[in-house]
Amino acid sequence: MTGDLNMETAERLFRLMCEIRTFEIVASERYRNGDLPGFIHLSLGQEACAAGACAALEEGDYITSTHRGHGHCLAKGAEPKLMFAELFAKAQGYGKGRGGSMHIADVQAGVLGANGIVGQSLGLGIGAALSMQIQNKPNVALAFFGEGASGAGIAHEAMNMAAIWKLPIVFFCEANRYAELSPYEVHVSLENVSRRAEAYGFPGVTVDGEDVFAVYEATRDAVARARNGQGPTLIEAKAYRWHGHYEGDPQNYKTEDERKNGRLFDPIERFRRESTIDADRLEAIRTEAETKIRDAAEWAAGLQSPPASTLTEDVYAEAEHAAA
Amino acid sequence: MPQLKYYQAFNRALREEMARDERVILMGEDVGASGGIFAQTRGLHAAFGGSRVRDTPIAENGFMSAAVGAAMTGLRPVVEIGFEDFLTACMDPLVNQAAKLRYMLGGQVSIPLLVYTFGSGGVNAGPQHSQSFAAWFAHVPGLKVVMPSSPADALGLVKAGIRDDNPVICLLSKKLIGTTGEVPEDGVDHVIPLGQAGIVREGTDATIVAFGTMVPVAAKAAAALAQDGISAEVIDPRSVSPLDFPAIRKSVEKTGRLIVVHEAHGQFGPGAEILARMSEEAFGVLKAAPRRVTPPFAPSPFTPSLEKLYLPSAERIADAVSSMVKETA
Repeated sequence: MTGDLNMETAERLFRLMCEIRTFEIVASERYRNGDLPGFIHLSLGQEACAAGACAALEEGDYITSTHRGHGHCLAKGAEPKLMFAELFAKAQGYGKGRGGSMHIADVQAGVLGANGIVGQSLGLGIGAALSMQIQNKPNVALAFFGEGASGAGIAHEAMNMAAIWKLPIVFFCEANRYAELSPYEVHVSLENVSRRAEAYGFPGVTVDGEDVFAVYEATRDAVARARNGQGPTLIEAKAYRWHGHYEGDPQNYKTEDERKNGRLFDPIERFRRESTIDADRLEAIRTEAETKIRDAAEWAAGLQSPPASTLTEDVYAEAEHAAA
Repeated sequence: MPQLKYYQAFNRALREEMARDERVILMGEDVGASGGIFAQTRGLHAAFGGSRVRDTPIAENGFMSAAVGAAMTGLRPVVEIGFEDFLTACMDPLVNQAAKLRYMLGGQVSIPLLVYTFGSGGVNAGPQHSQSFAAWFAHVPGLKVVMPSSPADALGLVKAGIRDDNPVICLLSKKLIGTTGEVPEDGVDHVIPLGQAGIVREGTDATIVAFGTMVPVAAKAAAALAQDGISAEVIDPRSVSPLDFPAIRKSVEKTGRLIVVHEAHGQFGPGAEILARMSEEAFGVLKAAPRRVTPPFAPSPFTPSLEKLYLPSAERIADAVSSMVKETA
């Protein structure tokens, strides 16, 4: 199953998935305890998408994300401590506590942000790709979105422009079976979203979103194409969203059987089953990841809320930019 | 001083800023080799090339969002939206993204973006090509809004808008596009700070605040009023947001009378804000109830005879001022 990947990459993918899994579990626990304000959307079950896709990117590459973005941010290198600080609405958070779960960004790390508006990740993503192209930089952008966003006008607009301009971008669709509260079939007429790529004249592939190696390899190939000036690729990863659209969603649109067995779709267990890495080694990695993430949450929970003076801070950039 | 037409002054602003800073790019429908419907981008594609001067598909939501993404990653995009009415097709990237990203991301990014578009009526363009949305965007924290009313202001405000690190919406006037005015000599870096009103004509009896296309109309009204012995001051805020309210207040402290004129509807329009602030901050200096001269609360008709009735005219403005002055002499 590890294909041509070296051991280091395989372990890295497993560690990332374990960190994401724990992050989402802790976020869920804390939310249910009433520790986290607002509302949150979790990516449990989709760990292989975030880990596999982001591991194929390099420093200087950008991602744009969605309202379900914790995994993407972690996988691209955002600090779990500062992410939790944002979830807890603390001053040290990535958005100084003003953005929350749906607006976590670490621009230095290439994370242009989770985003609360479905479909904008594609538009912002081609913008980053356009920026790289115009500035002759060797970097690429990867835009995460779901099958729900694939029906938004901006998805068509962005793919069309990316094709016309041969932009260095990867469109990464996590088809997680549900868009908000309704199933795939309500949103998409095709069996595979990836077929849409034909309409724009670039490659589209569907991969098993439970298989982190398949995700990684497909993304690696798409990134190589983008970096070589060959333009966009659409990757669709078939995944499954364990939890509801938001934490607290009663999920009455899922059957009892599905609620019970849905979690058999598990990229981490799949890795354990199929990897050649020693089971004890994997368990050691999982334990380290869990400790790191739980410690990050503890740290963030103890921080202070932002002071009242920051209420109207950062509405405008104050100084006009210096002469070029 | 040399003379330029409004669209030529606008073109000069883009040309100067693109030459000054290679991070400035231009994108929109037909901004490239065709030079635009009003010749507003003529010559820029030849001067700066197809990478920096980029025709887009008809996909306002998509290319505005792309411009925001580009602004987050090192470029300073200028985006054309042909008609002001089409801004409705890209409200999300403007209002939910460009205006809020800096705040939501804790100051990690700035969004240096200039969006320009042609608004205003008076050219029989009908209900979907004549609107004035200044108040919509001035209502959104994080955006700035400017309305140049002369070639010199088009030059100076566009240059300032491109250099600003925030998203700026520049609402140009279709009606004024072919009008001529004095501009500073070539080589003079004419930049008008955003949020600084201009005094178009000084006066002592009443203050007329007019926006965009209505500025020359208000100036004409003031000239007519002078014939009747009424001295009207005409103020052009130039920026709707930030609004130079101190300049307006200072003028009204002198005249005691305030009339606001714009092409936007009266209901919740820029004049409503100015009258409210005057009431809150300087109620005591008013000698008469302030007034607005605006179109009726109806879409802008195509019908030439009806559109003439629809838009504020110099006569309507002069009548409003004159009656206010006479009632409170």
